[in-house]
Amino acid sequence: MDTFDHYALPVGSAGKLSAGWWGVWALIVTEGALFGYLLFVYFYLATQTDEQWPPEGLPSLIVPTINTVILLVSSAFVWASERCIRLRQINRSIGIMMLAIILGICFVMVQLTEWSNKAYALTSNLYGSLYFTITGFHLCHVIVGIVVLMLLLIWLSLGYFDDKRHAAVTIGGVYWHFVDAVWLFVFTTLYLSPYL
Amino acid sequence: MAISNRTHRRGNEHFERVPELGRAPIGSEEEARLANIWKSEPGWRGWLSTVDHKTIGLRYLVTAFIFLLIGGIEALMIRAQLALPNQTLLAPEQYNQLFTMHGITMIFLYALPILSGFSNYLWPLLLGSRDMAFPRLNALSYWIFLFAGIFMYMSFPLGLAPNAGWFNYVPVSGPIYNTGPNIDVFALGMVLLGISTTVGSVNFVVTLFRMRAPGMTINKVPILVWGTLAASVANLMTIPAVSLAFFLLWMDRQFGTQFFDVANGGKPLLWQHLFWIFGHPWVYAIVLPAMGIVSDALPTFCRRPLVGYTAVALATMATMLIGFLVWMHHMFATGLPTVSLSLFGAASMAISIPSAVAVFAWIATIWTGRPVFQTPFLFFAGFVILFVIGGLSGVMVAAISLNWQLNETYFVVAHLHYVLLGINVFPVIGGIYYWFPKFTGRMMNEKLGKWNFWVMFIGFNLGFFPMHIAGLLGMPRRIYTYSSRMGWDSVNLITSIGSFILAIGILLFIINVIISLKRGKKASSNPWDAATLEWSMSSPPPAYNFAVIPAVASRHPLWEDRLEEEGARRSNLAEGYILMKGHETLSTSPIDARPLVIFKMPGDSYTPFFVGLLVSLLFLGLLLHWWIFTGLMATASCIALIIWMWPQKTLAQRTVSGTAHPLQGDS
Amino acid sequence: MVLLARIMITTFSMMAFIPMLILPTEAVEAAEAPLNYFLYSDGPAAKPTMYLGWVLTGLSLAICLIITLLLLAALIRKRPKMDQRAIGNEGKGIHWIYIGTGISTLILFGLVIYSFMVVNKVAKPSQPTMLAFTVTGYGWWWKIEYEHDDPAQRFVTANELHIPVGQPVRIKLKSADVIHAFWVPKLAGKTQMVPGLINQQWLQADRPGIYSGQCVQFCGVGHAHMGLEVVAERAEDFEKWLVAQQQMAASSAISNEKPGYELFMERCAGCHTIRGTDAQGKHAPDLTHLNSRHRIAAGLLMNTPDQLMEWIMHAQKLKPGSRMPSFALSEQEASVLASFLSTLD
Repeated sequence: MDTFDHYALPVGSAGKLSAGWWGVWALIVTEGALFGYLLFVYFYLATQTDEQWPPEGLPSLIVPTINTVILLVSSAFVWASERCIRLRQINRSIGIMMLAIILGICFVMVQLTEWSNKAYALTSNLYGSLYFTITGFHLCHVIVGIVVLMLLLIWLSLGYFDDKRHAAVTIGGVYWHFVDAVWLFVFTTLYLSPYL
Repeated sequence: MAISNRTHRRGNEHFERVPELGRAPIGSEEEARLANIWKSEPGWRGWLSTVDHKTIGLRYLVTAFIFLLIGGIEALMIRAQLALPNQTLLAPEQYNQLFTMHGITMIFLYALPILSGFSNYLWPLLLGSRDMAFPRLNALSYWIFLFAGIFMYMSFPLGLAPNAGWFNYVPVSGPIYNTGPNIDVFALGMVLLGISTTVGSVNFVVTLFRMRAPGMTINKVPILVWGTLAASVANLMTIPAVSLAFFLLWMDRQFGTQFFDVANGGKPLLWQHLFWIFGHPWVYAIVLPAMGIVSDALPTFCRRPLVGYTAVALATMATMLIGFLVWMHHMFATGLPTVSLSLFGAASMAISIPSAVAVFAWIATIWTGRPVFQTPFLFFAGFVILFVIGGLSGVMVAAISLNWQLNETYFVVAHLHYVLLGINVFPVIGGIYYWFPKFTGRMMNEKLGKWNFWVMFIGFNLGFFPMHIAGLLGMPRRIYTYSSRMGWDSVNLITSIGSFILAIGILLFIINVIISLKRGKKASSNPWDAATLEWSMSSPPPAYNFAVIPAVASRHPLWEDRLEEEGARRSNLAEGYILMKGHETLSTSPIDARPLVIFKMPGDSYTPFFVGLLVSLLFLGLLLHWWIFTGLMATASCIALIIWMWPQKTLAQRTVSGTAHPLQGDS
Repeated sequence: MVLLARIMITTFSMMAFIPMLILPTEAVEAAEAPLNYFLYSDGPAAKPTMYLGWVLTGLSLAICLIITLLLLAALIRKRPKMDQRAIGNEGKGIHWIYIGTGISTLILFGLVIYSFMVVNKVAKPSQPTMLAFTVTGYGWWWKIEYEHDDPAQRFVTANELHIPVGQPVRIKLKSADVIHAFWVPKLAGKTQMVPGLINQQWLQADRPGIYSGQCVQFCGVGHAHMGLEVVAERAEDFEKWLVAQQQMAASSAISNEKPGYELFMERCAGCHTIRGTDAQGKHAPDLTHLNSRHRIAAGLLMNTPDQLMEWIMHAQKLKPGSRMPSFALSEQEASVLASFLSTLD
């Protein structure tokens, strides 16, 4: 029977064959749904309001656009870092991962500044509740993502991964890409859609 | 394909090897070695740290059943109050808390967890694997479920239980009209429970696509697996909606955000959308696996395979898909435009087409088979009738203008109890009778079992059928009392009598379980002469499940010798891969189940318990506004998770030549 | 065989016997059962739905019966003797699914079309509505406002709505607090009253009579006691009612019943309005024409002098959680208040 063909099989967490890689995709489905519902809440309430929307006028785009670029570049670095591992350039991989983390932290700092510049707060009006809840949810995901990247960095520096075994980097990287991709939707909704 | 490449590469044994073929009969040296690898530590250590899916499955079953009893006692109190008009056994506020907790308990703490119990116990056995894809996540899922259940009952003894109904509409559950902690307990409890359900669902989905025995192509998995897959996919897509709704409500209540605050532009209907986007798929999530139990177990007692396997499997998935499009039938009376209602009304009627497929498959199976009237079969056959009644009243409720009359009356209460008890509780009790020998190694008492069925069946119908009539007479749900002039006296009295008879039926079941546990007849490995893999091993199964990973060639591996199929290939259960270099099992490709990877499974671990405990304490901190405590718990949970995730050599998650010292011991 | 006979008997009793058993006894009461929309709907907003209900119920019972018979036949039919260990063929029986699902699909398709037709019939009245009321749900009673272009003709009352026979009446639905649902089942289906939203529905009675209504969306502690009545009467009676309701309270009564009036002003006026006096409370039902109503406390009690005083003194016992407190009145206070209230025609 063909199921008993005698060929060698990989053992354990082998890249995209690992359970974790499948698990993180399932997680992304459910987290993606979460953000979908958050944006549904935004559009549902925005389309039903009689007030000016957003109440403080159109949002400024400069800072958030720069921040979007920062996050996307960080995503590219995580991808590059994983690629370097596959090419057995561990030291370069560590360096690139550091850059990715620094960019991630930059995003958080810029986002916090953006928050403090807003004229409204979480509870001052409906828009404020939406704005801070949606960006807050995303910021939490970014912070979790940064913690994950830091762990990967530590594990890389400890020499845990090589070209054969680095499922954790693949999995963590997918999560980081997801966090960045979701930002594009959040950005479009909160910053670009009012201009339509 | 990747497989052919791999045959050329022969690398480090640690990361790549040719799996050993062989036999490991009971008593052999190999079998002893496997038993040693997979055994849990004795005593409380093993109790807290076990990740064995069978133990976790049984825990789910027992815990969920206890919640069924608690919810049942609440129901009896409600029925005592409503037995006669103008009674004052319960004050309205007590009544409101009781019916709310009854709903929460039955729908969230019993109905899905009991099915998770079956699926957790049975999946690896049905699929030919040694465990779930994520054994530790499985343990975590159980612990959080347990803690969330306790959490939601925390305020009950104080008389401050949730009191706005299980669907908890705002503003009656909002900060203005509900000032106590009642709703906060519910809101945070639901978010916590959502974590448990989500990780459980991730585990089922990944397990199905990765952990089947070689040869068990996707068209050979039992219907229970399809049902649980449908439920898990639905949960992954919709649990975020309800968790978000409850989180936003909690923010509104605690911090003054304005999502549902009418005075500031918030919308009460937003709650209804978010809740029912989740709520309706959830209803299918708590019946599809139960329907799967019947589809798999009924054929055993008909001495033939299920009629129309493919149709039933597709119908299961179709129900789940259409289930995403029917939520608005809970909102027909909210003043939405009739055009959009019509769409949802049509979808709600269309969803009964896949149900019809299942009903006719079951009847055809009985018709063309040779029924054996044992207790589980009685439950499954009785279930078919209850399913039909619940389905037909569902069609009535889906007719929009009739819905404007029936909705929020006892007709809907009758409908949902036929659906949830008929399609969940009857298959569950039948399922326990069926798999009890596998769970415990003993048979349940057959005579008591038949009494059990008839008392339950009569009590159930006597209790719930008259509720239809109460609804047609205009009785609204959730009223704590009624006046004699409304003409609802006799239906309510009959309902109350029926509910107590049903309770006696459940009591007979418990008595049977207790007696059978002690004195039941010893069970052989396959006492019902059933067809599927779980009956190929001893009762109860060994810790490692399968001594060799079986090779499966049909949907009925244990009936192959007797099925008249020309030139059919035979499954091989005695000889196969013996994977015993640590906790190992085989992972196969998602559709055609070809061997892909030798999975390294984690052994027992305390981290799931601690992560579950810490996360639950975090929610306790949120509830009580202990912000520092909450912060500490969040940090501690993170640390526990990092320990959990730390790459281990035993799991082949990292390179062998790593320069650093591993945090945890290598074997 | 004994067992199978038992299956048969029990199943039949479940399917047919119980409803048959209950319906006749209930039917006697049903004429009394004020919310029995299933048998006694009236008017074009409710009757098509009632017929739909009958068709669906009949069809459901028939299908139930057929499936039950099929199942019973499947259980007890004679089978040829076979080897005990034999297993039936997997392929057999698939036509059951094709035929059964095919028939079900056809029936469902028919039902979808029929139910759409009914929705179109009952969703909007066939003639324009000349009359409109706004009903606002409160915890736990109903404020009723007569809508008119001329503000002088508008008035406010509570818990009892009069409509002329044979005319469609538009009802605007609002809520002052949580979600309630307006439901006068014999005249129309229910509609939620959602705060922040104005929903609409319509009613039409073709026969004079009193049609009971009930809040049917869980709205808190008093949910069980939130009823209303719709009184359908001939056009001239309705006109009389309109004119009477538009009046202020009779001033003679106010001066003649001075002690009771003063007590009312002191204890009741914070919440209740009596038009034409200083009592202008907005939290509770307008009492200007209290005695024109059949029932008090949102349907809970008949409006008799005794019941009224019972309500005033024991509101919390009769309707726990109500905003109406139980007043501890001395015998003398009770009698002067009663005699004042009796003047509010």
